[in-house]
Amino acid sequence: MSDLIGFIPLAPLLGFLFIGFLNKSLTKGWVSFFACGAVFVAFILSSVLFFNLLNAPEGQAAFTYTAFDWITTGNFSVSFSFLVDPLSATMMMIITGVGFLIHVYSVGYMYHDDGFRRFFMYLNLFIFFMLLLVMGSNYLLMFVGWEGVGLCSYLLIGFWFKNQDYNDAAKKAFIMNRIGDLGLILGVILIFVTFGSINYADVFSKAGEFPVGSEIITWITILLFVGAIGKSAQIPLYTWLPDAMAGPTPVSALIHAATMVTAGVYMIARNNVLYTLSPFTLEIVTVIGLATALFAATIAIAQNDIKKVLAYSTVSQLGLMFVALGLGAFTTGIFHMATHAFFKALLFLGAGSVIHGMSDEQDIRKMGGLRKYLPITFITFLVGTLAIAGIPPFAGFFSKDEILANAFAHSKVVYAVGAIASLLTSFYMFRLFFLTFSGENRASEEVKHHIHESPKSMTIPLMVLAVLSLIGGFMGVPEVLGGSHALNNFLSPVFAQSAQIAGEHHHLDHSTELILMGLIVGLTLVMIFIAYSIYVRRKSVPTSNEASLGAAHRLVYNKYYVDEAYNTVVVKPLYFLSKVFDSVVEKLLIDNIVNGTGKAITWGSKTLRLVQTGNTGFYILAMVISIIVLLVSRSFL
Amino acid sequence: MVLLLFIIILMAGGVVAWIASRFNETVGKIIALLTVSADLALSIMVWLNRQAYLDSSQDQWMMRFNAEWIPTFGISVSFALDGLSLLMIMLTFFLGVLAVLTSWKEIEYRTGFYYFNLLWVLAGITGVFLTMDLFLFYFFWEVMLIPMYFLIGVWGHENKTYAAYKFFIFTQASGLLMLLAILSLYFIHGSANGTYTFNYFELLNTTYSPEVGRLLMLGFLAAFVVKLPVVPFHTWLPDAHSQAPTAGSLILAGLLLKTGAYGLLRFVVPFFPEASLELAPVAMLFGVIGILYGAILAFSQTDFKRLVAYTSVSHMGFVILGVFAFNELAWQGVVMQMITHGISTGALFILAGSLYERIHTRDITSMGGFWARMPFMAVIALIFSMASLGLPGLGNFVAEFLTLLGSWSANRTLTIFAAIGLVGATAYSLRIMQKIYYGEARMDPHRSSHSQDLGTREKLIFIPMVLLIVWLGVYPQVFIDTAKRPVNDGLKLSEQKIRKSFEAREAVLNQKGGAHE
Repeated sequence: MSDLIGFIPLAPLLGFLFIGFLNKSLTKGWVSFFACGAVFVAFILSSVLFFNLLNAPEGQAAFTYTAFDWITTGNFSVSFSFLVDPLSATMMMIITGVGFLIHVYSVGYMYHDDGFRRFFMYLNLFIFFMLLLVMGSNYLLMFVGWEGVGLCSYLLIGFWFKNQDYNDAAKKAFIMNRIGDLGLILGVILIFVTFGSINYADVFSKAGEFPVGSEIITWITILLFVGAIGKSAQIPLYTWLPDAMAGPTPVSALIHAATMVTAGVYMIARNNVLYTLSPFTLEIVTVIGLATALFAATIAIAQNDIKKVLAYSTVSQLGLMFVALGLGAFTTGIFHMATHAFFKALLFLGAGSVIHGMSDEQDIRKMGGLRKYLPITFITFLVGTLAIAGIPPFAGFFSKDEILANAFAHSKVVYAVGAIASLLTSFYMFRLFFLTFSGENRASEEVKHHIHESPKSMTIPLMVLAVLSLIGGFMGVPEVLGGSHALNNFLSPVFAQSAQIAGEHHHLDHSTELILMGLIVGLTLVMIFIAYSIYVRRKSVPTSNEASLGAAHRLVYNKYYVDEAYNTVVVKPLYFLSKVFDSVVEKLLIDNIVNGTGKAITWGSKTLRLVQTGNTGFYILAMVISIIVLLVSRSFL
Repeated sequence: MVLLLFIIILMAGGVVAWIASRFNETVGKIIALLTVSADLALSIMVWLNRQAYLDSSQDQWMMRFNAEWIPTFGISVSFALDGLSLLMIMLTFFLGVLAVLTSWKEIEYRTGFYYFNLLWVLAGITGVFLTMDLFLFYFFWEVMLIPMYFLIGVWGHENKTYAAYKFFIFTQASGLLMLLAILSLYFIHGSANGTYTFNYFELLNTTYSPEVGRLLMLGFLAAFVVKLPVVPFHTWLPDAHSQAPTAGSLILAGLLLKTGAYGLLRFVVPFFPEASLELAPVAMLFGVIGILYGAILAFSQTDFKRLVAYTSVSHMGFVILGVFAFNELAWQGVVMQMITHGISTGALFILAGSLYERIHTRDITSMGGFWARMPFMAVIALIFSMASLGLPGLGNFVAEFLTLLGSWSANRTLTIFAAIGLVGATAYSLRIMQKIYYGEARMDPHRSSHSQDLGTREKLIFIPMVLLIVWLGVYPQVFIDTAKRPVNDGLKLSEQKIRKSFEAREAVLNQKGGAHE
């Protein structure tokens, strides 16, 4: 079984290399075949492993495979080895499964683009790195994947590289991620110094010797979390993700919604033992997640770009996942990550289908009434919206409810803020939905004329994802609704050690849980109704005139001016510093000292040359004077 | 014997190429190419036979060569090769072949003399990496300097004379300080032991008071620190790099800077371990300053070659940080950094040269949108920009990670600041891609009409570099194993010396204490 593992990341890597080397000689059909096929192979192999783990006897909870030794020097040793346990298997299923659907979708979406081959190369490379990230059995291999997906994200955001704004967005994403990665790499170094190894197995087994609240573990977990903040777009490093929407829409679905941005969630879940040992860091994770969830949700309310709304929504939902992790409910975090992967990929692909049908229009103020034109997109988008809003029995309901239930058990404040964030979510999502699909079409006549439903390669993935968004929640039906929470049972070996450290979680009694559930569903319906009355009954369309907005609205519309603030506080001063160093320190100071020395020597030798007069009398005089000086100075000293 | 051959082949090849060029320039070029290739082949043969050396635990040296030269003064022709110097000379010949290839079309006048200088620089560098006689070492140090001066001064760009002078004076002045230190060492050793010799192994055993040690170390350090370069002794580098012809920049960045790093590992630390240990915090601080300062400066450069030059300043900061961290991980990182930086920065300079051949400018603000026109070149640029920002999977990451891992235990705060350099590296590396290859074409079509994608010769240059940088990133173990013994022996020797002098001082103190009682 273990021998299969190596082929899983290998398949997309070969796809990448194959398309890369045969670039020009492959037709678009073959490119699609190899690119999709590579991911499909990875998906099939992952499924085999997944079901093997599912049916594995007690105790046989993981497969490992070592490809080769990577670096060994002194007491440091790390190898290219993979670990497939329930956690990574779950991730692999999402990455290859959703990844495959998005590959298929992209065939239709990108068909007329000049960079078709390049696009699929990047996409396959991304799957490869993402698989390394979740399959690596040590921190350094995870870091390889971590940085590799960052590279692919950079390349894909700036895919249409002729547009300078897109390039800037790509660069911003990369740099912000690297700021986070700084924390991650220092964390890895600290782990090595502390535990003498960077293999998960060694680290987690040795971690048991540390007491809860140990200072060094706190530092490690904080540093790792800094990495997660960058990759998963949390406050304060979230501003790259909305800008990342510059990339082609399938990329937004795959990388910036379903997989890469959840790497931070995976990483913390992977390190659950360390995080459980540091309650302080868990508090920080909760607070940051909660703040991000709320903050991003408020921004999403006032955005008019269909992809920007979804981007802020992603930031907000990631925040909720971190809340779950921060509460120590690791399974819940992974559960929401999985359902989110389904419905957010669906929503993004749906948005892509809308944009495709609307001749690249992304502004929802110019949409409306698309129900008639894009029936399949409409239905599937509705499913996605219901799922993210948390209407039972759609996927988002179960996972979001589980987060809120955990929050309630922990603290009422966390619960309240989380609930507000998720209510805002249902409002802005239905705002988006109504503005896009209901009412009259507000596009220009020319655009209207061209509106068309997308081809099958795009609609079929939409339908599959819609089904997943509908039934995906059933992998985690809570006890109170008569379920057994299959995901929880599956993942429990991964979190067994931390469950032992944390001790018994206090559970809500069933009646409280049911009341909370009813309350939140009821309020969600109210939010949907409000959105309905504003955008359908009153046919209100957001104004394009910024000046007419109220102060609060304008603040939100402009995303709290965070980008502007970063620009003024960080980017400009650094650039200024660079200029100052260049013109003052380099050119004025050091160069002048250097050139000055040269000039002084030239001047000195020129002056000294005058002494060489050729006049014997002068030489004798000089000699006599020198002798006198020598004698006098000797007698004095 | 092979060791001597390495240098003789280059020197003789240089002379022959010069003479041949007087009759036919192409023949001259081919002779130059064959000469360096022969050395490369020879060094690969040595490399393939390294296993016995790696397995044996006795002699630190894989090969040695000794012949008397001026016995009256204790000067001998003495060469030795260990894992470290093997890696270094392989890098030298590899980049040497590429240097000849990049010059193929670029150099249009006095080609014979050009290839003579090129091969003699390489000979000087090889000598520096191999020689075990300090007099000879200084000789080779000069041999690599003078032809380099000509390379910049004769075949350079618009401001070549100034750049050549600046380079010459910086390196010459610092080299003289080293000469003083070498001579002092010679006399101190001679007066103490009665045998006057420049032999490296003999001089290793010289003992001196801490004060003298400090002074002598500073003499050596001056030469190496200027070469490396360490801020604030770096200002010759941006000028020299930007003005030199492509091969000149390649050799400067890829090899000459490495002689500084090599000198630190081979001479400064083993000769003066105690003084080095004292200096370590300061040296590491300067390393970190270099990392950050170079990165910040690189960020606002508009001249492509100047930009890359400042990235070198930044990357070489890791070298000095690692050397003075005094542990195996950091030193392995340093050795990796020497190799990977040679390749990645070399590639960026060759890219700058290829662009210059096409559009006759190095100003990145006038470039843009070249991906559409030259996709192959853009992919190469992407790979080496990524190498330069330390993307895992490429060699530079392994180097920088090991260095940081090692330096953490030596100095935590400085390591954190050094790691910030990685963010800086991201900013400047991406700038290369943004300004040159992405965006709309800014240049007027007339000027860029010659900008075809890379030709066969250029592909032949870049593809081996790409393969090597990936190899270094994915499977660096072979290189680490090769450098293992020199690194460990160097550290062990320093430790022993420090312990011995510590014990000696203890003994003196005890005696004094005893006298008082």
